[in-house]
Amino acid sequence: MLLLIPLLPFAGFLINATLGRRLAKSISGGIACLAIIAAFVVSLLAVLDLRGAAGVHALRQVVFTWLPSGDLQIPFELYLDPLSSLMILVITGIGSLIHIYSTGYMHDEPDSEYARYFSYLNLFASFMLVLVLGANMPVMFIGWEGVGLCSYLLIGFWFTKKSAADAGKKAFIVNRIGDFGFVLGMLLLFTTFTTLDFQQLAVAVSSHATEAGSWGVITIATMLLFLGATGKSAQIPLYVWLPDAMEGPTPVSALIHAATMVTAGVYMIGRNAVLFTHAPHTLAVVAGIGVATALMAGTIGLVQNDIKRVLAYSTVSQLGYMFLAMGVGAYAAGIFHLYTHAFFKALLFLGSGSVIHALSGEQDLRNMGGLKKYLPITYWTFLIGALAIAGVPLLSGFFSKDEILFRTFSGGHVLLWAIGIVTSLLTATYMFRLVFLAFHGERRHDAPAAPAHPEEEEPAAHGHGHAAPAAHGHGHGGGHGTPHEAPWSMAIPLILLAVGSVVAGYVGVPHALKGSNEIESFLAPSFEASRSVPSRTASAAGGAAFQTVAVQEARTEQPGAEPASHEPAADEATELTLMGISVGIAFAGIGLAWFFWQRNRPLTDSLARQFGGPYRLLLNKYYVDELYDAAIVQPIKLLSTGALWKGVDAGLIDGTVNGVGALVRVGSTRLRRLQTGSIRTYAASLFLGVALILGWYLWL
Amino acid sequence: MVPLNYFLVLSAVLFAIGTAGVFLRRNLITVLLSVEIMLNAVNLTFVAVGRYLGTVDGQIIVFFVMTVAAAEAAVGLALVISLFRHRETLSPDAFTALKW
Repeated sequence: MLLLIPLLPFAGFLINATLGRRLAKSISGGIACLAIIAAFVVSLLAVLDLRGAAGVHALRQVVFTWLPSGDLQIPFELYLDPLSSLMILVITGIGSLIHIYSTGYMHDEPDSEYARYFSYLNLFASFMLVLVLGANMPVMFIGWEGVGLCSYLLIGFWFTKKSAADAGKKAFIVNRIGDFGFVLGMLLLFTTFTTLDFQQLAVAVSSHATEAGSWGVITIATMLLFLGATGKSAQIPLYVWLPDAMEGPTPVSALIHAATMVTAGVYMIGRNAVLFTHAPHTLAVVAGIGVATALMAGTIGLVQNDIKRVLAYSTVSQLGYMFLAMGVGAYAAGIFHLYTHAFFKALLFLGSGSVIHALSGEQDLRNMGGLKKYLPITYWTFLIGALAIAGVPLLSGFFSKDEILFRTFSGGHVLLWAIGIVTSLLTATYMFRLVFLAFHGERRHDAPAAPAHPEEEEPAAHGHGHAAPAAHGHGHGGGHGTPHEAPWSMAIPLILLAVGSVVAGYVGVPHALKGSNEIESFLAPSFEASRSVPSRTASAAGGAAFQTVAVQEARTEQPGAEPASHEPAADEATELTLMGISVGIAFAGIGLAWFFWQRNRPLTDSLARQFGGPYRLLLNKYYVDELYDAAIVQPIKLLSTGALWKGVDAGLIDGTVNGVGALVRVGSTRLRRLQTGSIRTYAASLFLGVALILGWYLWL
Repeated sequence: MVPLNYFLVLSAVLFAIGTAGVFLRRNLITVLLSVEIMLNAVNLTFVAVGRYLGTVDGQIIVFFVMTVAAAEAAVGLALVISLFRHRETLSPDAFTALKW
């Protein structure tokens, strides 16, 4: 049954990849939607099955033994526990909505492109499900690489456009760097613990002491795994690919680059919670990187002019929050934020897609404004998404973000908490800047037609060829016509996601608000060394063994990983105070956005001019791309051209091959003189040879 | 009975004459005849040694050599005729086209 979940979208992929170009749009799109919806239904059944079975924490299914090789026995095994069940529901649920949305959004593509798009989308869903369902690291790695491949294919979907093809390559290459770390970490874990099964690994690790104050093998392995996570989940230093990934179709940005794939790193840390808990150094690094990324991406998001780039930086920033939660040991809070974020960020992306669709491919915020009256459904749903991400009370983002900040604070990381609060102010501000610029005020055409400032490296891709999926066939030229509301296939997912963004948070109402924080107690078993396995150890080695394992388990649990019910009442007051602060911050951010971009735009522009330096720094994303280019890309290019190409390839390898050829040629020009054509000479040499051989035998 | 050495000396002389003929004569037919002389010198050795050792092996090999020599003479003479038709000459030095 578990196998069916990734297999259904894979079947959809196979059908669309092989027959798709001959199928009508309604059929190829329908097959893809049907496949993912079926996967959603199966996931739902599987999760109900898991919840219904009393005393069972997880379902397992061994499909076949994948790599039998001596000590190394790797089964292709699927594993469903609370953590992965939450993930498969998010992937298939939100995935279904985005598939449906795509049928409307991609409708102007030719049939074959349409089928190609849906085959990639199905393939992605399939790999993502393998990633979260994998019971051991290699199986997870199949999914990990597979989603990277699909991400590459979908970013470069309009591959005839150079910027899209480049962005795809950038994503692929940057992810390779992370994957390199992931593989090394995996191998290090195997050599240390001789297993790659997550549960066995957790059990094996919990018999080790926590590596506090030392750099042991667990710390190094988890650091390497975290490098993989920074690549996949767009954290410093490998976040640079995600903003460029916005070259892909908007539903792809919503599904892959916001809701699901980029959370794989967070999921991976959650899956290896026990491992990471044993490496406090790594956790500190995770938290630090997370909060730094959140702050940096938030500041960049404040000034970007491309609607999708603002959302991309917002995604990076929110992922930073999730890593912060992971880093302070609040695994459940991080996963909770992952889950709520999937709803509102998918909603925001789809909303921006609807705006872009309505404006025939326009993505520049400076050319928007006043869209509220043309796009009422988009406006209201977008507003709900923005409120949710800003952390306005009673919406989903409020509960999850607050949980993270509270855990950070109560874990004693006051500095991290303060940065988190600043970031949440930024979040509210840039989101409402987006809302005010796009939907309020008057329609504007402020943007320079081509990038007027050379320092501004915006993709000048508005409405050129494939850049604008909606540009064909709608009759409005260049976005100057009346914007039109999205078709129903796009509006319904928006509405459903808006509902989700409102209610998704109610599974995790904190105890301070008289809630029960169900999600935390639901997820808790996934973050401990599995209970069933130690009990098996106990039956083998007697009661004493069980005692030690149980004690160590208790010790390994971080304060954050414990259900909140254990906390004293005094914390409740702190939590309420913190909640008050973050609510105030959220409204302050919205107010700031209103003041700067709604009420007082001239002031904002003059401020931007006055602080030209910092403004340009932010607009150009801290020049990180340029820095990487100068520090890494150019030296590699130089080395490749100067030494590797001209030296090794042209000099050494070609030289060797050509040298051998030249030697043979010169030698044979000499040697062929022997073939004179004169029979007499041949006879003489034959005679001489016979005489020599005879002489050899007779006299020597 | 004639000693073995006599036969060997005779066949060596015959072989030397044949070799000299191959190298020195300017007529392809004579060269072929010289090759026949060389072959028969060898035949003589085979027969003589066979008789000396009291076995028939030498004589059997001689039959083979004679067969091959007949075939060789047939092919060689055919070639010679065809060459003569082309060039109106039989000097081996005239046919050196097959070289580098």
